[in-house]
Amino acid sequence: MGESSSWSRALVQISPYTFASIGIAISIGVSVLGAAWGIYITGSSLIGAAIKAPRITSKNLISVIFCEAVAIYGVIVAIILQTKLESVSDSQLYAPESLRAGYAIFASGIIVGFANLFCGLCVGIIGSSCALSDAQNSTLFVKILVIEIFGSALGLFGVIVGIIMSSQATWPAKTA
Amino acid sequence: MYGFEALTFNIHGGYLEAIVRGHRSGLLTAADYNNLCQCETLDDIKMHLSATEYGPYLQNEPSPLHTTTIVEKCTLKLVDEYKHMLCQATEPLSTFLEYITYGHMIDNVVLIVTGTLHERDVQELLEKCHPLGMFDSIATLAVAQNMHELYRLVLVDTPLAPYFSECITSEDLDDMNIEIMRNTLYKAYLEDFYKFCQKPGGATAEIMSDLLAFEADRRAVNITINSIGTELTRDDRRKLYSNFGLLYPYGHEELAACEDIDQCVCHYLFQAKEICRSPSASPSVIGSYAIPWEMLMSWHS
Repeated sequence: MGESSSWSRALVQISPYTFASIGIAISIGVSVLGAAWGIYITGSSLIGAAIKAPRITSKNLISVIFCEAVAIYGVIVAIILQTKLESVSDSQLYAPESLRAGYAIFASGIIVGFANLFCGLCVGIIGSSCALSDAQNSTLFVKILVIEIFGSALGLFGVIVGIIMSSQATWPAKTA
Repeated sequence: MYGFEALTFNIHGGYLEAIVRGHRSGLLTAADYNNLCQCETLDDIKMHLSATEYGPYLQNEPSPLHTTTIVEKCTLKLVDEYKHMLCQATEPLSTFLEYITYGHMIDNVVLIVTGTLHERDVQELLEKCHPLGMFDSIATLAVAQNMHELYRLVLVDTPLAPYFSECITSEDLDDMNIEIMRNTLYKAYLEDFYKFCQKPGGATAEIMSDLLAFEADRRAVNITINSIGTELTRDDRRKLYSNFGLLYPYGHEELAACEDIDQCVCHYLFQAKEICRSPSASPSVIGSYAIPWEMLMSWHS
């Protein structure tokens, strides 16, 4: 070839399938990381607080459910993204259209993954505080739950933007 | 760095934090104390306490009750909760919790040695010891005649061993020596605890510095007042004060020179006011200095 190498050339020569697959992996993997992190943060406080105040257990499972929802968002978006992956003929693989589709799926995966990571963390920490304060004073539960609902909206924002991003991932049509 | 501890704190501390918060709701309230004040007999007290968290510990006691029994059973509640926390804790929290018991161990050691000196029965003394400060070979303390034996036979295997380096003499044990030994041990223990708390930094260092400084200053004043009129020289008195705390080092100079209670109280209050005016004193410390002033006034009158 004899052309000078540079990072931009190297990046453009990575297959768009790679980018798309990594995006799907990040979407489910990092979302589950966020959900798991949030669940353990809530769970350890809930178990300890329920020793002196057993009445809090059933109500406070809602915090665990909010964290779990974050993982479900990640799974849904991963399934949607993998239906967007199509095969493209060899000559078209590095066409700008293909690259665009690959990058779109990658970005969508990162958006959803990291939005769910921080959402899971947020809901987990609030859930732990919710359990601890409910054990002391049961009128506080509903008020802190409102904070948790706002926190879980963060994951939804990520899912919405991710789906919009991936809807424009159109691969070039196969030329016969 | 404050702010991100919530992400990883619950790994080691989540369960224990929740338990401690649960214990807080078991503390006696002002209403409980009012009820207890209205009681006429010990059985009334037992009845009122049975509605609180202390109930399960007192319910099997036959009447007639003794005051010491009530105190013993209620202390047992504290000991049970402490032991539960200790077995659930990981490092460095478990070491921290063990440090809390060393003070009680020192008190128990001094109790047994003093009791043996006054020819009391070992079993009787063991019953009077604080349960948090018990260790395995504590009964062998009755055999020791002087400090060398005390150390070599019993204390070298306990966590108190490193605190002994400053106070081993070959004199026989008598009341004065035992008090000096107690205070030297406690000084070494407080300094060790202080150093241990500085290591994790953050909230531990901040809060424990204040609490331990207060304890060190309180003991310095205590030592001063108790040694007025005894044969303890100024230098010996000076050696018993801890090397930290708000009274260190200038307050200690003044306290070492005190010869009667009024002087001591004036110096102490002067120091406390200076400290309270300085920008480095935190509100918790200023508040805590108000308490010993009350105590000092009650000693004086």
